[in-house]
Amino acid sequence: MKSHVTFRNIVVAALLVMLALVPLYSAWIGNNFALILFTRIVILAIAAVSLNLIMGYGGMVSFGHAAYLGIGAYVVGILAYEGVPSGFLQWPLALVVSGLFALLIGALSLRTRGVYFIMITLAFAQMIYYVAVSLSRYGADDGLTIYRRSQFGGLDLSNKVVFYYVCLALLLLVILIVWRIVNSRFGMVIRGAKSNERRMRAIGFPTFRYRLTCFVISGVICGLSGALLANHTEFVSPADMHWTRSGDLIIMVVLGGMGSLFGPVIGAVAFLLLEEGLARLTEYWQIIFGPLLLAVVLYARGGIDGLLAGGKRG
Amino acid sequence: MHAAESMACLREVNVAEPLLEIENLSKRFGGIVASDNITLSVEKGELHAIIGPNGAGKTTLISQLTGELTPNAGRVRFAGEDITAMQPWRRSLQGLARSFQITSVFLDLTVLDNVALAVQAHAGHSFQFWKNSRKDPSIREPARAALAHVGLSGREDTVVSRMSHGEHRQLEIAMALATKPRMLLLDEPMAGMGPDESARLVKLLKELKNEYTILLIEHDMEAVFALADRISVLVYGRVIASGLPDDIRKDAEVRRAYLGEEKRAKHV
Amino acid sequence: MGLRGDARSMVLFIEQCLNGLQFGLLLFLLAAGLTLVFGIMDLVNLAHGSLYMLGAYFAATFAALTGSFVLGAVLALAATLVVGMAVEVIAMRRLYGRDHLDHVLGTFGLILFFNELVRLVWGPAGRTLPLPDWLSTSVQIFPGVYYPTYRFTIIFVALAVALALYFVVMRTRIGMLVRAGASNREMIGALGINIKLLYTFVFGAGAALAGLAGLMQTPILTASIGMGENILIVAFVVIIIGGIGSIRGAFIASIFVGLVDTVGRAFLPTLLKLFLTPAAASAAGPALSSMLIYLLMAIILVVRPEGLFPAANR
Repeated sequence: MKSHVTFRNIVVAALLVMLALVPLYSAWIGNNFALILFTRIVILAIAAVSLNLIMGYGGMVSFGHAAYLGIGAYVVGILAYEGVPSGFLQWPLALVVSGLFALLIGALSLRTRGVYFIMITLAFAQMIYYVAVSLSRYGADDGLTIYRRSQFGGLDLSNKVVFYYVCLALLLLVILIVWRIVNSRFGMVIRGAKSNERRMRAIGFPTFRYRLTCFVISGVICGLSGALLANHTEFVSPADMHWTRSGDLIIMVVLGGMGSLFGPVIGAVAFLLLEEGLARLTEYWQIIFGPLLLAVVLYARGGIDGLLAGGKRG
Repeated sequence: MHAAESMACLREVNVAEPLLEIENLSKRFGGIVASDNITLSVEKGELHAIIGPNGAGKTTLISQLTGELTPNAGRVRFAGEDITAMQPWRRSLQGLARSFQITSVFLDLTVLDNVALAVQAHAGHSFQFWKNSRKDPSIREPARAALAHVGLSGREDTVVSRMSHGEHRQLEIAMALATKPRMLLLDEPMAGMGPDESARLVKLLKELKNEYTILLIEHDMEAVFALADRISVLVYGRVIASGLPDDIRKDAEVRRAYLGEEKRAKHV
Repeated sequence: MGLRGDARSMVLFIEQCLNGLQFGLLLFLLAAGLTLVFGIMDLVNLAHGSLYMLGAYFAATFAALTGSFVLGAVLALAATLVVGMAVEVIAMRRLYGRDHLDHVLGTFGLILFFNELVRLVWGPAGRTLPLPDWLSTSVQIFPGVYYPTYRFTIIFVALAVALALYFVVMRTRIGMLVRAGASNREMIGALGINIKLLYTFVFGAGAALAGLAGLMQTPILTASIGMGENILIVAFVVIIIGGIGSIRGAFIASIFVGLVDTVGRAFLPTLLKLFLTPAAASAAGPALSSMLIYLLMAIILVVRPEGLFPAANR
């Protein structure tokens, strides 16, 4: 039987331990920079996990997932602005609204596939972006400041360490949920549909309803990530759902390694650290990053996870 | 052609409706007529073979039977029910299973996963999100049985992309069987097989004949004449002859149009 | 001053229709280039917008250097063509035959690269391109009603290019390949055409079309970083509505989208005021206006997911 003690699994375990210890590290060196950076990484890792569910396991390449990030964030921001600070109302509503948008957009987009699907998800996300820009009551282009984080009674989210561990716990919960889903009956249908949709229909599966459900689940999880992001930055703006953010999410998933449980986490860590590091090198860091991305696409297609697993993927 | 009636006289088959009835099926693509007023039927329990040269429209016919293509005219009736406009997945649930001419399986999954999916499709809805389906005996056991039936038992955990072409063809049939069908539509199951593999497949089909109604499309004439209860000949989208194997063998028009090529007909 | 209320509305409507036609034709130039490249090389090029942007910046610079608008435009066109062919040789060649996701990611990297490069070379502020006197006039279309000469020029040039494109697609061997949706190397080789040269040429042609669109709109909208992506997404909407791989579909859809967007934006707020309160109309107006073309796309997706004039075998 296969051993679970592989190089790759050791790296993943080490990564998780490292993530758990970030607040201690920050306390030790006396400044919060690492804590703030890694809170953002963990939050975007949740979004990346949601995208990997439909992309890596389902073969649905959504170039519009930042829309659900933004929607989740805006629900929290708008409710906070309108005097509803309770997290017990904000977060569930963020999930529901993201889910509804995913349902609508998915129902329209999933009638197509391949390039069409990519373009359509991009177009709808752009539409949502423009709607956010036109919301003058909620700051339009300039965005909306959130003066109080989501209130959960005893749980104080404005404490950065508490908030970090909440995010980390949610990340692990989301990974657990995705793990169960992809190995369940539902997950097998999704994976079969990615592998050979024509055959799936021939053996008796109405694939559309399953893929749509998967798309909605992904949108809901991404909406959660948005709610967390709004709390983290205490600010929401249309920039959160600019199409380049959707591109960033795709990069995280591919960089980390598609279709593996922890790939998106690796990808989020790698991407955001790289972004941070390159930005320190030069103001024009995207001149390096752009071609670097192209190189990864051409030569390291299985992502980091693929490299760790011995390059068998890709 | 009223082969159905003569059949009923020759064999003790009940004269009730045929399992599959195709009436005046027509399909055109622009100016090309792929199916020209095709009428034929398949009796319950028989193995009905369809032969014809390349380009005769055999795959177009099967695609209309499975629902991937919509005919321009005509009807398809299965077990008395009009399925002409029914979607492919519903037809499968009705009991009409198909194997593909060009292997169409789940290459990145294991053999058992492939067949398990076929079982799962007919085991109620799949909106279960938590239980591990690979550990579900109600799916795994029937899947193993189907694999055993075609002779792939030892290959359960092999990733399909690593198997040989012949094993792929066996898998195609296992997946069709796993859906517990009433009728099998087999599209050139022996395509690309060597003589040993073909012989094994003929033996399997002889066994399957006893349990399932089969519509078989094939180029391999030896297999066709060894297996078929009735044969229909398709040329340029039209049925030019339909009846018992011996009658077909002797039919002059058929010989002219097709059987003269018998020696070259074994599909490579 | 001398016209009555409803006559003024009529004039405004005609003006907006002409603007819509002009915008639509610019969209067509972009969409045609995208469709050509996709049709022949099966390549999804997100960086098409970057070439649009380069055309604009080159025109601004060369016009300033040479003191002549026309000379500047011609040089800009040539420069964009050269850049396009260089990009094809250096980067695109390695992407042919790969997954569409690889194309999306790789060209996304190129977008980042070009945006940053432009920022490095030209600075973040953007560039203007002033019109020479002879183009700054107006033409009288009805008694007392004038329309800018330059906008007519755009319409004229774009229509001329469209006609030339029609000729090439309908009457040449290359055009036959486009119409056949041929991304089949053997078929191309069998016709005695040098594949590498053909691909470089086609990509260059697409780049030139994008550059032309970019430079022509610069006097109106200026050259700015990221301008390419906003209009690229609209070009995607055009292609989805028109049918991927179809130049005829792209033409009809671009005019349609151009008109809906321009006329819609101009008249929707007024229309809304007919049955909403002024406050609601001015709040909803901008949001709905920006959503119009996406709603149009959504309707097409429901009614005819393959587009209005899909190329036969895609």
